Amino acid sequence: MVRVVKDLFKDYRFAFSFSIFCLLVIFAALSTFSPYDPTFWFHAPRNLPASWTHFLGTNSKGQDIFWQATFAIRNSLIISVIAGVVSRVIAVLVGLVAGYRGRTTDRVLMFISDGLLVMPLFLIIVLLAMLVRERMNLVNLGLLLAFFGWAWDARVIRSQVLSLREREFTQTAILSGTGTLKLVIKEYLPFVTPLVFSTLINNMSWAIGMEITLSIVGLTNMDIPTLGTMLQWAISYQSLLLGLWTWLLTPVILSIFLFIALYWLSVSISEYLDPRTRVQRVGEK
Amino acid sequence: MQSLLEIKNLTKKFSLGSIISRLRITAVDNVSFGIKPAEIFTLAGESGCGKTTIAKMILGFEEPTSGAIVHKGRRLKKREKVWFTQGVQAIFQDPFGTFNPLRRVDCYFFEAVHNYKLARDKKEAQELINRKLKSVGLSFEEISGRYPSEFSGGQLQRVSIARSLLIDPSLLIADEPVSMVDASLRMSIMNLFKKLREEFGVSVIYITHDLATAYYISDRVAIMFRGNIVEMGPVEKVLMEAKHPYTKLLRNSIPEVDPGKRWSGKITLSDIEHEEYLREGCKFAGRCPRAMDICKREAPEDIYVDGILVKCHLYRRNRILIKNGKERQNSQHLK
Amino acid sequence: MSVLTAEKLKSFYVLDILGAEKVVKAVNEVDLEIRENEIYGIAGESGCGKTTLLKALYASIEPPLRLISGRVFYVRDSQEIDVYSLSKEEKRRLRWEYIAYIPQGAMSVLNPVIKLKQTYRDFLDSHVAGKTKKEAFDMTREHINKLGLPAKILDAYPHQLSGGMRQRVTIALAALLKPRIMFADEPTTALDVVVQRGVIQLLKGIQEILGNTIVLVTHDMGVHANLTDRIGIMYAGKMIEEAKTEEIFGNSLHPYTQYLINSLPKFGDKGSRESAPGSPPSLVDLPSGCPFHPRCPYAFDICTEQMPEFLDVGNHHKVACWLMKEGKDAIAS
Repeated sequence: MVRVVKDLFKDYRFAFSFSIFCLLVIFAALSTFSPYDPTFWFHAPRNLPASWTHFLGTNSKGQDIFWQATFAIRNSLIISVIAGVVSRVIAVLVGLVAGYRGRTTDRVLMFISDGLLVMPLFLIIVLLAMLVRERMNLVNLGLLLAFFGWAWDARVIRSQVLSLREREFTQTAILSGTGTLKLVIKEYLPFVTPLVFSTLINNMSWAIGMEITLSIVGLTNMDIPTLGTMLQWAISYQSLLLGLWTWLLTPVILSIFLFIALYWLSVSISEYLDPRTRVQRVGEK
Repeated sequence: MQSLLEIKNLTKKFSLGSIISRLRITAVDNVSFGIKPAEIFTLAGESGCGKTTIAKMILGFEEPTSGAIVHKGRRLKKREKVWFTQGVQAIFQDPFGTFNPLRRVDCYFFEAVHNYKLARDKKEAQELINRKLKSVGLSFEEISGRYPSEFSGGQLQRVSIARSLLIDPSLLIADEPVSMVDASLRMSIMNLFKKLREEFGVSVIYITHDLATAYYISDRVAIMFRGNIVEMGPVEKVLMEAKHPYTKLLRNSIPEVDPGKRWSGKITLSDIEHEEYLREGCKFAGRCPRAMDICKREAPEDIYVDGILVKCHLYRRNRILIKNGKERQNSQHLK
Repeated sequence: MSVLTAEKLKSFYVLDILGAEKVVKAVNEVDLEIRENEIYGIAGESGCGKTTLLKALYASIEPPLRLISGRVFYVRDSQEIDVYSLSKEEKRRLRWEYIAYIPQGAMSVLNPVIKLKQTYRDFLDSHVAGKTKKEAFDMTREHINKLGLPAKILDAYPHQLSGGMRQRVTIALAALLKPRIMFADEPTTALDVVVQRGVIQLLKGIQEILGNTIVLVTHDMGVHANLTDRIGIMYAGKMIEEAKTEEIFGNSLHPYTQYLINSLPKFGDKGSRESAPGSPPSLVDLPSGCPFHPRCPYAFDICTEQMPEFLDVGNHHKVACWLMKEGKDAIAS
């Protein structure tokens, strides 16, 4: 395991993105030390520039931007992790069962999955968000996004299972008396795991983006600080025109770094796991 | 002696093609044969002759279109799990495909022991596994904790055989077990099959296109061509005194391991495979060096000649004709 | 007249498995001399390095395979060409016109969506400029007919032909530009026995018509017996015996070759046969001295210390075994 990590670090993209990601996670963890409660307003004078007491200044609602940002990152990450993990679990279960069972089970599951793919996601999410607006908190938003994020990968996993089913070791397992569920988990899951891991990261990216979009449109709970809500408040208080740069740019820059980190993590890990590119790189040292 | 396995009029048809043009291919055409206990029976033929399809139907992985499979006197149900109920196991062509490359090889052993309740605890299980491995020339320490990629093809194939022996099967179906193993290591696996028959009384259905190894270990052999058994009988007679022209072709196509015996004549190969399946009359007529007019019109019947079953018009005027299960002495009445 | 020479050829795979470097000594100092107008066979178990040897002779070495030392010469128009000193463009021009390579599973190189005659024409176009459509087609048809294949297959798509026909068509394609040397890697493996015979026939036909050299790699000794003039036996990256085909089958000297020949089943003989005990060594972890000594029934002390030289023991029969020198005295005593 240690060797795998050492190898991964040789790729500059992984090294860079992993360090950025670690920094952001530490930044999010700092929120536990925040002297201010993020939902309260006016605990500091408004629109102050950056200084030693307020590292990034304050915003028009009288909140310290730095500490707000720590909460924002923390909450955004929580949403995306919930969305990513829950949707992976659903995708894996659906994909494995549909691929192995085939026939009716497969048809039904793929019908549902295709339905979710074809639906205009954004409109549906907006609709649902409007309905549950009052009870929208981090977990609910994460689950909502998870519900719409599994369909694509379920299909991908299913195709991999379809091809694995034809391989001879499936028959060996059957001849050894193994039942369906055990077979699918023990035999196929190791093949499917690298795929799942890299799409997890992609899915997290998507979830953060979706959250920001929903916030800008005003559909999430504005009291809970996330990257999206911070941005939304900054825009609605005309920070661009008033020159309140720190307020506007903090969530923007944090988001950019987060997206780049997640993207490069995903790309470098999936390239690492792909045996063909590894063989090519060896021997050139 | 009661036969172990009886195949009666087994037929399997597949449909190929799209909505517009469908082809019905008869992969297995009215095949019948029987296997005795402690016997090595070879199903020989080139790819596409239906031998693997028959194996799949015996194992219950495919459903026959018509016909019956009878094991130890009992007719098998559709897609019956014979490995559970009947003690039938199989080994496959590619030893590296037989095991999941991402899992350790001993996992399959422990799973089988657990699923078939062959031992009470881990210690007993390990002893059982070690015994089976020793009978194929390996040991538990050698395979414990290792992945398939750490073995050679020959070793892995022996591991596969050991796994199939765990439930003390009465019938083992071996589908091209040595074609992917180096020519120089094949003998050790062939000798292993012989040992299984002699020491453990296991019957083996050996599926291959290599008549040389078939000659070495089998008792009886059935030559298949495009779904039909064209010749069947004791291996010495069938291979050394080949009657059917296809058997002759197959026999002569094996390169002799002797530079003094090189081929002289040339052979023709089929160009387009489908055609042969759909042919009226005898399916081999297109390539047969002794084809007659009747061969192109009528499919030949099963004729017994000298203790061997042959499906060829060349032997029409022969001693005993078997029709509808009744024997009839015809020789006096045939011209 | 030699047409291809290899001198002290060493070619290893340098792999990096999870941080640890592994060196696979696939071709471990091999000397070869192949003449024109002959069929030379390279035999050995899988994992002995014969496919790598072929790649090295064809100069198609790509990471993780590396050329460690040694040289490979082709003789063209009485001139020696050191293959590894050529530029990419020069190598490309040599290929298919002077040397051709038929990889394993060759039938999969045919483009499934175009007809065969188009494949042939594309092939011709990239090497021989300025032929009109009709000229190319005529050339192709003549070539196919000469080799005993029916001309109507040119109008077919690959999936319409049987596996055996596809393999033969691909081999015919390799012979289209009349190469002086053809390398064939396991051309008959995984084919049905009757189709195998067809492929062997075809290769023989090509060699007779073109009078060129074919270097054939396969582990099937029956194919060697039927096709080759001379055979070289490889074991664990080294050439251990080389002689005329009749000599190898009738009078093999190396214990490994003897095992190889004796383990093959023969018709009419149901007597028990044995394979060589044990398994071939891993090319990463070779034994000291002669690589065969752990399995050799005649091994003695010097076998574990030093690798025997590849010496000519008369009649162009070369063996690398201590039995040839010391052994005779050791066995006598």
